Amino acid sequence: MATADEIAEHARLADIRQRWWLSAPALIIIFFAAIGPLAIVLLYSFMVKGDYGDVKYWQFSLDAWTNVLLERDIFDETLSIADAHLVILWRSVWLSFLTTVATLLLGFPTAFFISTRSEHRRDLWLFLITIPFWTNILIRTFAMQEVVRNEGIVNSVLMALGVINSPVQIMFTDWAVLFGMIYVYLPLMVLPIYASMEKLDFRMVEAGYDLYATRLGVLRRIIIPLVKPGIIAGSILVFIPALGAYVIPRVLGGGKSMMLGNLIELQFGQGRNWPLGAALSITLMVIVTIALLAYVRNAMRSGASHGH
Amino acid sequence: MGSDSAAIDVRGVSRIFKGAGQDEVRALDNVSVAIRQNEFFTLLGPSGCGKTTLLRLIAGFDFPTEGEIRLYGEDIAALPPYKRPVNTVFQNYALFPHMTVAQNIGFGLEMLGKLKEEIAARVAEMLALVRMSELKDRRTSQISGGQQQRVALARALAPRPKVLLLDEPLSALDFKLRKDMQIELKRLQHETGITFIFVTHDQEEALTMSDRIAVMNKGRILQVGSPQDIYVRPSERFVANFIGDTNFLKARAVGAKGGKVKLDLSSGGSLSADLPPEGLSVGEVTVVVRPENASISEIKGSDFAGNVENIVYFGTDTHVHLKLADGLPFIVRQQNSAGSTAAVKIGDKVGVSVVPGTAKVIRD
Repeated sequence: MATADEIAEHARLADIRQRWWLSAPALIIIFFAAIGPLAIVLLYSFMVKGDYGDVKYWQFSLDAWTNVLLERDIFDETLSIADAHLVILWRSVWLSFLTTVATLLLGFPTAFFISTRSEHRRDLWLFLITIPFWTNILIRTFAMQEVVRNEGIVNSVLMALGVINSPVQIMFTDWAVLFGMIYVYLPLMVLPIYASMEKLDFRMVEAGYDLYATRLGVLRRIIIPLVKPGIIAGSILVFIPALGAYVIPRVLGGGKSMMLGNLIELQFGQGRNWPLGAALSITLMVIVTIALLAYVRNAMRSGASHGH
Repeated sequence: MGSDSAAIDVRGVSRIFKGAGQDEVRALDNVSVAIRQNEFFTLLGPSGCGKTTLLRLIAGFDFPTEGEIRLYGEDIAALPPYKRPVNTVFQNYALFPHMTVAQNIGFGLEMLGKLKEEIAARVAEMLALVRMSELKDRRTSQISGGQQQRVALARALAPRPKVLLLDEPLSALDFKLRKDMQIELKRLQHETGITFIFVTHDQEEALTMSDRIAVMNKGRILQVGSPQDIYVRPSERFVANFIGDTNFLKARAVGAKGGKVKLDLSSGGSLSADLPPEGLSVGEVTVVVRPENASISEIKGSDFAGNVENIVYFGTDTHVHLKLADGLPFIVRQQNSAGSTAAVKIGDKVGVSVVPGTAKVIRD
């Protein structure tokens, strides 16, 4: 006869087995869709590049990782800093940062405007904000090209008004890439801030006014701290895809304003250097992770008072 | 009515909300009232009577369509809330969830640009006043409803407002806590010497706490007076009905002398009653008699008679529900002290005697 302890132990083990079975689908997806591919990318970054792309399997080398930041002179084999890569890396981080700041400055008032409309008006405004999402990103980017190119709307209008005599070169500069990214990523900033702002109790705002806070005081001390979770979420949602942007810099920046995404694509395409592409991908991921951790920690500290 | 010595002087204020199309809602209709310095003044009325609208106009969250609001003689009707030395205790407290108890209380002073040491001293003083010193570093979500109420009071009192507005601040509390806070509020008003304007729909709360009460309905102030005034001499049917239990009688005046009027009741009997201050209208009038001012007696020698329909026992007293000859209901409240048990049964025909001087003729 089994004792009570044995029965309890048996039930406990059965329970654990059952849990594994139930979580198996999720675990399988996580393995095949996330961990697996990542492991392959990591593995490739440590292999020798093949002559026509691909890698030479199971021949390991650190060349790819050296090449991320350094380049070997083709004549005397000396190593020097890979200026081109650093420029692209810096441009990616800087443009993504500017995009995040610009979408925040534009998105915050937009979200505030929408959340202060009447109930059914809000739905209309949200619908309008999300319309660009339904359009293919390539088409959206070409639309932006139509705006900023030399014969485009901006230059035509400025010339017609007599502000400028010859077209200002915007296309194929960092400005074109920045405008394109702000346009494409703006909804990703507006929506999370709106979600936070909609939950804001406007009696808090009245209480602020009642306690001698001016409009600016209420914004700074009450509204911004209370919608901080939305600001954090929006910034993350804009910064991460901006850092890996590919289509926008390709169409609007051309060869002169490349970003990390284009550099990585180049290695897997014309460059035929898969290990370097893999190493650059991992580098991008590490940058994103560090930036995220720093940002979230910083935001948590200044918003620490918003706890339970 | 209006004088510069009044803390708040509301003169001819209307607030009209534009509805859909041509509709307009008169939330306040030509309201005038003067609230004295250091007074506990209550705006009493059912929901939608305009009491909260009036409070919001005084606070500055909304602006009157017509009329003036004066604070010690200065017209403040057009000033934004942050330029008025008036603070509010909100119905749901509206404490800032991202700040501690002490930060909440110090917020107003901070916005006024006071020095750090001054703020700290005043916050400590306020914490002591509302007995919350030990919880000063707690988040507002970590304290109970009654404690949140105290913090909301301290936060509104900290900047030393000239007038404190309270928008149904006790409605979210349970019965026992509400009773305690009523006493606490009276104490705070007494200790701070600040004019309190208190909004409530609870007539008992209004009677027990106020120096004066304004009874409101449909955007108008119907009567202003001390709790005794309002209870003993209601000016019209709505006031009499809203505050306490009341019996209404129909009657016809047959002769007046010296502020008294002789009335023939439509149920048969007759009664002597006080005239309303504005005089008597012609034809049928309404008379009010509070249930505690009537007693069951022999039909012979009574003021009028009725049939006993129901007897309800309340412990300290018993309510005898009567139906009069003209079909109107009438309730007599009998105290259950030893030896005062008038033995009546359902179905009895009994007489009713009214304490002389307690029946009042009112506007209908």
